[in-house]
Formats: sequence, structure tokens, C-alpha cells
Amino acid sequence: MVAIDKNQMLEMQRRMLRIRYFDERASKMVKRGHIPGTVHTSIGQEAQVVGATMALGDSDYMSGNHRSHGHPIGKGSPLGPLMAELVGKATGVCKGKGGSLHLADFNVGSLGESGIVGSSIPIAAGAALAAKVLKNGSVSLAFFGDGAANQGVLYESMNMAGVWNLPVIFLCENNQYALSTPAHTVTSGVIADRAAGFGIAGVRVEDGQDILAVYEAVSTAVARARAGEGPTLVEVVTYRFNEHSEGLRIGTDYRDQEERAEWLKKDPIVLFRNYLETNGFFTAEEMDQLEADVLAEVDEAVRFTDESPYPDPSVAFDDLYTEQLQEQFA
Amino acid sequence: MSVMSYLGAIGAAQREAMDADSRVIIIGEDVEANVYGTTGGGKSRAETGDFVQMYGRERIRNTPISEEGIVGIAAGAAMTGLRPIVDLSYSSFLYMAMDQFVNQVAKNRYMFGGQASMPVVFRSAMFYGLNTGAHHSDRPYPMFMNVPGLKIMVPSTPSDAKGLLRTAIDMNDPVLTFEACTLWGSKEEVSDEEYRIPFGVARIAREGTDVTVVAISSCVPEALAAAEVLAAEGLSVEVIDPRTLVPLDTESILRSVAKTGRLVVADPAHRTCGAAAEISAIVCEEIFDSLKAPIVRVTTPDMQIPFSPALEKQMYPSRTTIAEGIRKVAGLA
Repeated sequence: MVAIDKNQMLEMQRRMLRIRYFDERASKMVKRGHIPGTVHTSIGQEAQVVGATMALGDSDYMSGNHRSHGHPIGKGSPLGPLMAELVGKATGVCKGKGGSLHLADFNVGSLGESGIVGSSIPIAAGAALAAKVLKNGSVSLAFFGDGAANQGVLYESMNMAGVWNLPVIFLCENNQYALSTPAHTVTSGVIADRAAGFGIAGVRVEDGQDILAVYEAVSTAVARARAGEGPTLVEVVTYRFNEHSEGLRIGTDYRDQEERAEWLKKDPIVLFRNYLETNGFFTAEEMDQLEADVLAEVDEAVRFTDESPYPDPSVAFDDLYTEQLQEQFA
Repeated sequence: MSVMSYLGAIGAAQREAMDADSRVIIIGEDVEANVYGTTGGGKSRAETGDFVQMYGRERIRNTPISEEGIVGIAAGAAMTGLRPIVDLSYSSFLYMAMDQFVNQVAKNRYMFGGQASMPVVFRSAMFYGLNTGAHHSDRPYPMFMNVPGLKIMVPSTPSDAKGLLRTAIDMNDPVLTFEACTLWGSKEEVSDEEYRIPFGVARIAREGTDVTVVAISSCVPEALAAAEVLAAEGLSVEVIDPRTLVPLDTESILRSVAKTGRLVVADPAHRTCGAAAEISAIVCEEIFDSLKAPIVRVTTPDMQIPFSPALEKQMYPSRTTIAEGIRKVAGLA
């Protein structure tokens, strides 16, 4: 077992709660029209996200995907600028240029979420190449789903990471559906087993609702990367509780309702709270207090967002290049 | 000064940049073996100037044939502290990496509100005119001109290739450089000193007063040859080499056309939505009143590139077709 202390476990629960409450609020804000466009929530997948991000250090990198809020929150990004970005405010973490699909917080090593499935995987591998050449000791992690597991760029990246022995973790968040398509109907074999074809380590976390199991697997992969032993493919089996994206009314027929009911019983936040209480790490009162604290954090993030101005329209013409080119105004 | 070939000048710029900054690395297909003469001293690893000997395999990285992965990994490395020069060999292979170019390389600085820096150069050769058929002969820079966030250089001389590449490597923005293989062997005196040529500054390759020819990449020497022929016929032709297409030195082009009143744009890319189309549109929008005749574009037609020498050669602008264009715009044809 990878060693973990009480404070770290409290922090795990805190970050899972941040994701849950943040996404629940974001979901409501989409439905009320306060957030333009849509969002893809990580509700149900918090253990998989936080178990992975907590295994990374502050100077480690990660890249993400369209199910995008949990990763920066899990890596420790403050909630205010993330929520402000979802609404398109000037104080957003990307100044209102990115929105839900493109959150990035370089201050915590979050190199960006990607709206194109699989597209950000080589970004994380590239960060691992930089870490190796610059010898700065960082590792990096690419989050991608079971859908992205069938994109060719994953295998180009795994091959190069393998042959160059890069300190990178390929983390497949297998929530079992690519929008409506069950992974098993479009995926040949077991995703984690594909690592063997590249001569790299591969591991499957069967219960991705168990945060300690995810943390253990990813910590092992991080230690291996940091020791110069190369990349690991970690597949974590989990489940998305909500719809693919908020407001997407495609019905629920594509998912077996008994299956969904079974997974809803495996709420990672409830499970971990029970674990922490049952094993005497924290009392019910302490857990209640933690939940109240995080709820207040989310309220504060929304207040920060509400009080923030929208960006000046001229800002739309900044940040394409290091300096503005004449053509941008033609 | 030394006499350098176009490829030799690129090699010199890469060597200077590798020496100047340990964050510069070269990754790409066949870079170790110096297949194209830009990463070594000769054809043998033992020869002085071999990049693998000088910089080691940590910084000179042969890649698998995985363009999408290569481009994405270079982008990620650039975002986290390296300054990669990526050798993608032929420009026709860039399409394999289109998602990474368009969705990551070009967008990340903007999309993330300026947090991402993208100091990476993508080199590729437009391998046309050499009977390699439709899969090697592309001249795809106009497609990339249509992607905000990329910078594009099209050097036509060894001196420009060296100076522009140094600037590109120093930049914190992504640069694509398109190198016409028909220029590879061209030679001239090039400074051995380190120098940099700014982007967005055209070169007046020949001064003239009657007709302006804006020539791109391999069309520059062809336009100069055409100008020489027409000088004998009493026509004074000004040849402008934009050197970079993004940013584009519109000011120099407009100044020249305002003077001559007649414009030919010679562009080896396809006609529709090409660089020539864009330059023509800018001139029409800005100084329509100065034009004494309709603009003439001399381009490759919207046709695929055939293999046979009997078929291929006619496809690209040549000194003959550029001269015809000049005569037409001057009312002599």
C-alpha cells in the first residue's frame, strides 16, 4: 500500500466534494441559462479524478478532455476563476476565452482541457518529454475517456512515450459510454491490456469508485515515472451519473436502468465518507462540517462570478499571438 | 561570408540555435541520419558537424512515422519549456497532423487566455516538380494561412532561410516553414555571423517601375528570370518576396503597386483561396483606384499533380507563364 495520512484523506474528500458541488451548481446554472452553452459534469467520477490528481505533485502536469471541471479542481485550482470562466467573465481562468470545454490553469500544472476527443493526449506526453530533457523531475498525466481510447493519437503517443521512456501516465477514465455508445460495443479487448503491445506497464482499476484504489494505482505509476521507469496506462472503470452533457435530452434508453441504479449506489463520496467515519478517522460532525465548508466555497465562487464583469469586447483580439498582428483587425 | 546552399543555410541556423539555447531540440523523421542535409556535416556520422555527435540523442530525436503524435508532443513540450524544431519532411504529410495543428498548436495560447506559450517550429519541404506524384507534391501553406494562430514563412533564398529560421526559433508563437525543394540546391553568399530577419518584412528582390510581381517561394527566382527577359523588352518589373505570409507585409506590397499600378501574383499553390487570392483581394480592397489593369494571378490550377514529366511541369508557375502574366497586365499580350 502507498502510504496515506489522515490529512490527505480529508483533502481527498474535500476535493471530491468540490467537484460534486461545483458541478451540481453548474448544472443548475446551465438549466437556468446562467451558463451559456453546456457543461459535461464529472458527477459520479470524483474518485477516479481526485485519486489521480492527488497522486500528482504541484509541479506535475496534466491534460484533460471535455468532461473538464473535475481535473483542475482535483489538481487544486481555485473555484472562483473556474466558475467565472464557465459564465464567460473577465476574471475567468482563461479570461472568458475558453469556457467549460477549455479550462486550463497553468499555475497548478493544468495544461488544458480539450473539446476534441483524444486531442490533448500528446500534449501531456510532450510535457513529459520536456521534463525528461530539462531534467526537472516533473511527470505528467493525460486524462481521456473510453471513447478516446479508440483514437489513433493515443497509440502514437504511447509508442513514443514507450520508446523514449517518458514520465507520463495515460489515464483512461472508462465511464463505459462514449456519449450514448457503450464502450464494449466499439472497443475490442480490454483497454488496459493494450499497454502490453507497447511494452509499457498497464493496470486496470476495476472499482474506480474507490478513491484509495485509484490513488494507489496512480501513485505507483507516478513513482515509476519519476524513477525513470517510463510510462503507464491506467484504466479506471467508473460511471457517469448524469447525462453526457447538461440539457442533452437524448433519453436514457441507451443505458440499462438496473445497471444505472446499481452504479448510483456506488457514490464515491458517500463511500469514502463512510470509510472515514467507520474507521474512526473523522466523526460524522466533522464530515458534515466539511460538506458545509465546501458548499460555502462554491457559494463564494458563484458570488465571485456574479460580481465579476464581462470582458471588454476588445479582449477578443488579444492572445492569439505574443503580439497582435495587423491582419487580426483587417 | 560563405557560399551556402538553401539546405546548408537551414542547417547553419539550426546549429546556431542548438548552440545558443539548450532548450532547442530537433525532433522528426530521419533527423539522426542527416537525410536532407540540415542536421549534419555530410552523409557520414563521422563527419565534422554531425548533430548527433554534437548534441546527443536527447536533443536530436528520430521519431516514428506518427505525424499527429509528433506534432502534439512537440506542442506539449513547447508549452512546458522546450523550443522544438520539428522536421516533418514533406509538406504533404502535415495533413496527418491536422487536428494537432488546428486544435492544439494554433488555439492553445488563445483558448487558455494567453497562459500557453508555443515556441515551436515545424519544417517541411514542398517536394514538387520532381515527379513524385500527387502524394508528395503539395504546397499547402494557404490551408494554414486560414488558421489564425499560426505564423508562416516561405523563404526563397539561402540567406532568408537562415535569418528567418533563427527568428522563428526565437519566437514564442508556432511557426510553419515551407521549403520548396526546387530551391534546395540554390547557392549564394551567406553571412557566417548570427543574424535574424524579422517576420512581416518583405524583400524587394528587384526594383522596377512598370509592373509589380509579388512572388512566393520558388516563384521568386522564376519571377526574377521573367523580369530579366522583360527588361530586354523595355519593361521595368519590380519583384517582391513577402518572405512570410503570416504576418504579411501588406504595406510593402501596397506601396509597390501604388507606384506601378499593375500587379501579378505568382504563387505555386493552388488557385482557389490561395496566397495569391488573398494578396489580390487586399490590393483591391486597399488601393483599387491605383490599379491600371486587372490583377493577374499565376498559380497552379485547381488540379491534382500528375506523375509523368510530360504532364507535371506545366502545372506550376514558370518564368514563361509569369512573363506571360506580366505582358498581359502591361497590356502587351
